[in-house]
Parts: sequence; C-alpha cells; structure tokens
Amino acid sequence: MALTGVQIFKFLPKTNCKKCGFPTCLAFAMSLAQGKIALEKCPDVSEEAKKTLGEASAPPIRTFALGAGDTAVKLGGETVLFRHDKKFFNPCALAINIKDSLSDDELVKNATGVATSELNRVGQKLRVDAISIEYASNNSAQYEKAVKLVAEKAPAAAIILNCKDAAAAEAAVKVIAARKPLIYAATNENADAMAKIAKTHGVPLCASAQGLEALSALTEKLQGLGVNDIVLDSGANSAKEILEHNTQIRRSALKKGFKPLGFPVLNCVIREDSILEATIASVAIAKYASIVILSSIEKWKNLVLFTLRQNIYTDPQVPMQVEQKIYNIGEPTAESPLMITTNFSLTYFIVSGEIENSKVPSRLAVMDSEGLSVLTAWAAGKFTAAKIAQFIKDSGIEGQIKHKELIIPGQVAILSGALEDKLEGWKITVGPREANAIPTFLKGRVA
Amino acid sequence: MSYVVPKESCSGKVLNVDFGKGDKALNIGGENCLPFLSFEGEILNRPVIAYEIQDIPPVDWPDTVQNAYKDVSGDPVTWAKYCQNELKAKAIALRLVSTHPDRDNRSAEDAAKTIKDVLTAIEVPLIILGSNHIEKDATVLVAAAEAASGYNCIIGKAQEGNYKTIVAAALAHNHKLIAMSELDINLAKQLNILITQMGFDKEKLITDPMCSALGYGLEYTYSVMERIRLAGLMQNDATMQPPILGDVGMYVWKVKETVASESDVPEWGTLAERGIAWEAMTATGMIIAGTNLLIMRHPKAIETVEKTIAELT
Repeated sequence: MALTGVQIFKFLPKTNCKKCGFPTCLAFAMSLAQGKIALEKCPDVSEEAKKTLGEASAPPIRTFALGAGDTAVKLGGETVLFRHDKKFFNPCALAINIKDSLSDDELVKNATGVATSELNRVGQKLRVDAISIEYASNNSAQYEKAVKLVAEKAPAAAIILNCKDAAAAEAAVKVIAARKPLIYAATNENADAMAKIAKTHGVPLCASAQGLEALSALTEKLQGLGVNDIVLDSGANSAKEILEHNTQIRRSALKKGFKPLGFPVLNCVIREDSILEATIASVAIAKYASIVILSSIEKWKNLVLFTLRQNIYTDPQVPMQVEQKIYNIGEPTAESPLMITTNFSLTYFIVSGEIENSKVPSRLAVMDSEGLSVLTAWAAGKFTAAKIAQFIKDSGIEGQIKHKELIIPGQVAILSGALEDKLEGWKITVGPREANAIPTFLKGRVA
Repeated sequence: MSYVVPKESCSGKVLNVDFGKGDKALNIGGENCLPFLSFEGEILNRPVIAYEIQDIPPVDWPDTVQNAYKDVSGDPVTWAKYCQNELKAKAIALRLVSTHPDRDNRSAEDAAKTIKDVLTAIEVPLIILGSNHIEKDATVLVAAAEAASGYNCIIGKAQEGNYKTIVAAALAHNHKLIAMSELDINLAKQLNILITQMGFDKEKLITDPMCSALGYGLEYTYSVMERIRLAGLMQNDATMQPPILGDVGMYVWKVKETVASESDVPEWGTLAERGIAWEAMTATGMIIAGTNLLIMRHPKAIETVEKTIAELT
C-alpha cells in the first residue's frame, strides 16, 4: 500500500546528511512517496525500515543503467502510459545484434559502425547505444574472444551478452565486468546459475520467458536469489505481441503496482526486410520498450529511429526549440528576402517548409523565444521590437545583404512601427498571417 | 504474486464508416479498444491505406517517389488504373492539385470531369481531395461531390473556413466527409460539432487532426490522435468517435530528409531508403496512435506499412 511522505519520513534516520542527493530527509521521503527514487539511495536506512517500507517505497518501474561511464543508458523509471500525460523519461536504447561466429573483420566492422553512429539532430547527440553479442558459435573460447574484440572496438557502447549458456556467459562477463554488461538471458532452465553470475559481478540480468505469467514467476525467483536489476523479455515476437505484452507490463506496473513486472522491457525486432525492421522497432519505441535489438544499423535507419525516439520522448510540456540563427533556404543572394520568426520548432518547420515551397531563395531569421509560437511569444514579451532589433543587429546580417528590409509575421503587424524606430534605416514589411500564404507572398514580390 | 491480465473496458466505440460501392467497398473504424489491443475489445477493421494520385503530373514530388510512377503519372486515369491493377491498391486518393490558384487554377468544371473519368475507370473506392486552398476548395469540392454522386466517396477536406458549402454538397450527394483542423483536439471537436449541427450525420465523418512528418512535429499529431481516441473510447465522447485520417505522403515528401542528396549529407545514408523509411515510419507512428485511414505515396512504403499492419493484427 502506498505511504505518504510523512509516513515514510518516520522510518528515515532524520540526519539530513544529504548523501541521498536531497537537502533533507523529508524531501527524500516526499520523493520516495512519489515513486521517483529508490530507498537504497539512503545509505543509513535501517534494516527494520527497509522491511517496513519495502515494496511501498520502490518506484513502480525500477531504474538502473545499461553499460557504464558517460554513455551508460538509464533504463526504466517511467511513470505514465501516454506521453501527453507527462514526459517519457528514459529514451529506449537501440542495440545491434552481432553473431560471435562472424570473422574478426566483420566483428570489427560492426563494432566500428556503432562507435561512429553518432548524429546530431535538433541540438541532441544521438547514437546506437549498445551491441548485443550472440553466442552462435557454441564455443566458449570463441565467444570470449569476440566479446573482447567488439568491446575494444566500440569503447563507448553498452554490451549485451546474448547467451543462455551460463559457463560461456560467465567467462565473457569476467572479460568486461567493468563495462557492466547485461546478461541476456536467465530462463527457467539456467536461472540459478545466471543469478549467481549477475550477483557476483554486479551486472544486470534479463529474464526471458514465454508470456507474462511465466515471466513474472521468473523475476520473483531471480529477486529471491538476490538479483534486483532485471530486464524483461516476454518472448514477444510479432508486432502484435510486442504491443500487447509491453502494454500489459506497463499497466501492471503502474496501475496495479505489480512488482514482478516493474522492470524495463527488451524487445528483439529482427526482420529480414530492413525497412520493416525499422517500422516494427518504431512500434516498440512508441510503446514502452527500454531496449530494442536490431539486426542492422544502416545510416538511413539510424536517422529514422533516432528521430522517432526523439519525437516520442519529447516533453509535451516543453516545446521543442530550434537554434537561434539565420537560416539559408535555397541559395540566397545578397538581394534575397529576409524573414523573421520565433524558434518554436513547429513554427520553424512550417514556415521554412512554405518558404522552400515558394522556390524563392530566402533567409529566415529564427529568434530565440523560448520555444513559443509567434503570437504567444509576442504576448509574453519575448518577441518584441526591441528584442528583434537587437537580434538583427547582433546577427551581423547587415554585412551580408544589400537591402535593409525585414519581413515580419502578419500576426505581429503591430510591431512594424516600433521596429522601424529601433532598426534605423530598415524597411519593415508585414508578411502573411498564416504560413500557407507565404509562397504566394514571396512569388508576388519577385514578379 | 499471481499475474492477472490488466484489461480495460471502453464505454465508447469508434464509428464504423463505409466508403466505395459494390464488392470493393471498404470499412474503417468500428473498434471498441485502443489500437490493435484486441485482447480487451473487438477490432472490426484494419487500417486502410489509400494510394495518393494527382490530377497533374507530380513534378514537385522528390525523384524517389516521382520515379515510382514515371510511366503513368501523366494522366490521372492511367495512374489510378496502375495503382488499382498493378499495385493492388485497395483505395485511391485523388488530389485536385491543379485547381489551386498558384498552380494551374483549373476550374471546378475541369475537376468534375477528371473525377468522372477516374470513377469510370476504377472499381476501388475513391477519396477526393481539394488543393487545400480554402476559398477554391469551397467551389471545387462542391462540383466534385456532384460529379461523384452515387459512388459513396470520401470528400475532403472541410475546414473551419469553408465547411458549410462542402458539408452541404456531401450531404446532398451522400458522401463521407473529412473534417480537418490544425493539431488541436479542441479544434477537432469543435469542427465536428459545427458540421453535425448542420444536420450532417456524425457516422459519415472522418477526423483529420492534421498530419506532421516524422521529425517535424510527429509528436504533436501522435498525441492529439491518442487523446482523440481516449476521449472517444474512455469518456465516450460522441464527437470524438469518427475514424481518424493520416494524410501522410504530402507532409513527408517535402521534408529535407526525403529530399537532400547523399552527397550533401553522407551521414544520412542512402536517399531511396531514407525517403521510403521516412514515410513508412510516420505512418506506423500514426496507426499506433489510432489512425484508421492513411493516404500515402511510395509503393514500397505502403507495402511495408501493410506488412506492419498484418503483424499487428
């Protein structure tokens, strides 16, 4: 049963030692009550308190890291079913599966592909996060060698040991224990041995079973054996199973407080058709996967998957913003028109798209308005004549163009007078109110 | 602890809308659970994908998708037949691009003739789309609705600025109607209410909450669609129960990622796959959010989404 912050507070040491990262024990208790943090964060909590608070203080979905170091990926910790309710927090990790039976050259090539997969999109650095190394050779020595090689060539990637043979997994874990690899997977057959390895080396363990009933029995067993950092593999194969299982797992954890399924989810989406593999991966990303295993990571595929993941994990309450600068659309000359708008990403995408449609090469000045749309930014005092004038002066655009004409959005026509006062020598032209009128507007100027 | 499947029962239901005629007619909607969650409800119909064609050659489409139709896109009748006969399209969406004042500014009568020609040539259901010019659509779609009388088409799009004449025409000629608003659940609801207040049956409506391409606001469309679904199913809000349309192709095939050449952005990989995947991923996001009807362009993207739908059902 859920306890309030004050109820939990009674069981804490009340030393305000700050070791948990909170200024006071009460603040920590409040956060515990909301399921945002785990009780273990308190180093001094008594055994008695652990027993009493136990499950009540654990977050509904356990949070831990895949991998180690700067590029470790946080898994779990989600609190809602729908992204419009509240942000999804910890973006799904993308992993490529590599068989240990490949030649050294192929292993290196794949590992390097992951190591160089980083892309920059809307100011975020995005990458393939992990490599799953599959025990296909059935030869422990070869597996160990392949794991060592791949880990070396992709030093930042998290490693998933895709191996159900406990002896082979243990040998591989030893080689890269510092990288905190995920063992994939414990099953009903090998649970005892795998739990022992995970515990000894302090690494997370994926529980793999067919269906959610068998899976929850398995995670209870693993927890009984002392493993807490668990990832769930329900054996979901088709897109339908992925969607149904992931939904049921998320609901069980969040709405029913069902602890045996309160863990991050892994989906394997390998398909022969690479574009289909991408769309199936997108089902998993949109609906609650924490790790998705793919068979290939072509550049185009990385781009679509990174972008989709970014879209799904965008905070619905914080508008996406684009960088403040003057964007060239087409190949503008010194005579090309200069327009201005705000940096709300949707505004930017729509306005720049319509300018592109006009086929009139132009410059679009995008001003930082904290991600607000034109009218909202104006109303909030973030898109004012003074600020626009300052931005235009600071941008150095005057040195690049021959004319001094600025086209402002029709919705803020009211600013034109004040802008002419503040931007000396400039002509301010009022553009269309709606972006879809931009092509006609720009073409009309050329004619 | 024993595991119990967490099922949710919905008090509402997505309306079942049919379009087209004869044995090629189609149904969309009709589910009483969230998308593809058939363990807790009944899903009457799969999402339908319509192939988009235009009344003039698609010179402004990127090469990747223009080339897929290069032998047939010179004429809408040939193009429509190709989609139906060779690509096995289940439905066709004809966009009357030429009527836009900035394009060829063709007349409503011209558009009506094109509609008649296409309808006589094909058997699969037809979706008739204007050029998205508010004033012009108000006359073009009226003529189109009359020309298509008796074919049970889907006509669109009625928007806040022009819905009255279009609704009247759809009503008079017994068509289904797309109501489009701009990425806001309240605007979508309000437009559906205005249209039904004119005596138009809500069971003939399709909601288009506006599509955004992957990377260009897909998250907004995705959440608006999810919220429309939840309102219709969980709160039994009757104005939020029409099937949802995702007009994917026209938004996808103009973004940089589907157009930029490999030499400009080598880090983005091959252009052909990039464009096709962009359309397929955008569409997949939408069916997961609740879209019942998709309008798409590239045959390979459509094939991929069909396979995805098959795996989801």
